[in-house]
Amino acid sequence: MQEKLFGKTLEELKALSLNLGLPSFTGRQLCEWLYKKEVSSFEQMTNLSKKARALLSENHELGLQLPVEEQVSVDGTKKYLFTAANGKFIETAYIPDGKRSTVCVSSQVGCKMGCLFCMTGKQGFQGNLTAGEILNQYRSLPERKELTNIVYMGMGEPLDNLSEVLLSLEVLTAEWGFSLSPRRITVSTIGITPAMLEFLNRSEAHLAISLHTPFDEERRKLMPIQQVYPLKEVLKEIRSWDFGRQRRVSFEYILFRDYNDSAAHVNELSRILHGIRCRINLIRFHPIPDTPLESPDESTLEAFRNKLNAKGITTTIRASRGQDIWAACGLLSTKRLQK
Amino acid sequence: MVTNDNHQVSPVTLTFTEELSAGIYMIGFKRTFFFRAGQVIGVALQQNGPRRLYSICSGEQDEEIRILYKLVDNGYLTPLLSGLETGDTLWITEPGGEFTGDREPAVWIAAGTGVAPFYSMLRSGLAEQKRVILGNRYLEQFHFFDEFDTLLGENYIRCCTAETDEGAYSGRVTQYLAEQAELDPKLKYYLCGSAEMVVETRDILISKGIPFDRIISEIYF
Repeated sequence: MQEKLFGKTLEELKALSLNLGLPSFTGRQLCEWLYKKEVSSFEQMTNLSKKARALLSENHELGLQLPVEEQVSVDGTKKYLFTAANGKFIETAYIPDGKRSTVCVSSQVGCKMGCLFCMTGKQGFQGNLTAGEILNQYRSLPERKELTNIVYMGMGEPLDNLSEVLLSLEVLTAEWGFSLSPRRITVSTIGITPAMLEFLNRSEAHLAISLHTPFDEERRKLMPIQQVYPLKEVLKEIRSWDFGRQRRVSFEYILFRDYNDSAAHVNELSRILHGIRCRINLIRFHPIPDTPLESPDESTLEAFRNKLNAKGITTTIRASRGQDIWAACGLLSTKRLQK
Repeated sequence: MVTNDNHQVSPVTLTFTEELSAGIYMIGFKRTFFFRAGQVIGVALQQNGPRRLYSICSGEQDEEIRILYKLVDNGYLTPLLSGLETGDTLWITEPGGEFTGDREPAVWIAAGTGVAPFYSMLRSGLAEQKRVILGNRYLEQFHFFDEFDTLLGENYIRCCTAETDEGAYSGRVTQYLAEQAELDPKLKYYLCGSAEMVVETRDILISKGIPFDRIISEIYF
């Protein structure tokens, strides 16, 4: 299989050019074509010599691929299925919302984290995506030109594939890459503390942490990661990190009926997040097959939000989007795997 | 599991190295700290090198700390670990983690090297009122057989997928559990192994009436 160019950094493309006997500035030219212009073949790279184009196409492929399946919701949300290198499938969601349009990208095929409420986890882990495969979900999205935001909240735990996620962030934000502001990118994690610290050091993108309950005992029954990287350690690191004025940390909180929706949860959230400039995104739980967890009713969700806001924690309810096409992340690719 | 955090590392000298069965290794060093059975430590080859987390596979009072690992050919650390000899230096973090046992009646379920925290619990005197269900491909991979068998007797269940033996169940752990007429919903169920094994086992337990809040999982990732 030919090596793919899409997803490589400027330095990698310079080195690759030199290896082919081409001048190093070919690397920067390739960046222009790969990340700033809409080309789908080496032949379209007209400022490269014929020899360079021939050498590149003999030894490499661009590495771009279109989605293989699409589902469209009545609310405009779309879900795309891409094929990963190992023949498995990954999901990408396009979520338009007024002036804001977000793409939700996957970082792994499947997931190792085994969270009780997650459909992707039921697939098991089938591999890490390369930076190119992560970026292709952005680049090959039919609605790419409308996008305003990128969130790493699709399949997989981004910080369990840290090196490729960091490379993808570099390509997205570098002047030679897509030149996007890191303030338009959010990376979500369940709280792998060491990788989270490395991410904070090496990227300027926003951070979202899956919290889901403030109580250790409850959290470890929802999220096995709690055994190894307890929430209190995650919060200790967050508390000591200087996020500056622009960078944001937020907490994701999926509400489950009669499990994590009580006044005690509100009080404990208020206590453990005290002093952290953050917001909470409340998410309705959408049941997955065979789950013991249940969705909250609307009034509970709103009351929970109101109580948190009253405690001084900015809390919003994430609008449920595309419910008619995806009850949960991982469902579409799981069905495809079962075909 | 990968770690690279700010936890201090300390050098230790290996006092034990052995390949227990094909591709399954154990290394050990003198214990210089207290830990709770079931906890993990970070292991690195250099002071500032990448670390991996491993369950401690010793009792709380044992003089030596031991680690059980499977050689992963394309892994980062295990091919290097498998080349170490006694007298070599390893860098370790303090113990951590909350997957710890207690004296309550429980079922311990593991596959492969996921047995390590349960062996630690067994050697720490927590085996009473426990049932252990272990899964492996080959019979030789049921390490610590004598101790589990002696202390737990018929509550020690081996599920073997590639070989048969009079005392072992033929098949996977999940298959064994699925065939059980009933499981006690009042017990705690501790699971340890790969994501696939843990998720599949958890689903089976839930489908057989075990409340999810009685299931405690540790995933090796």
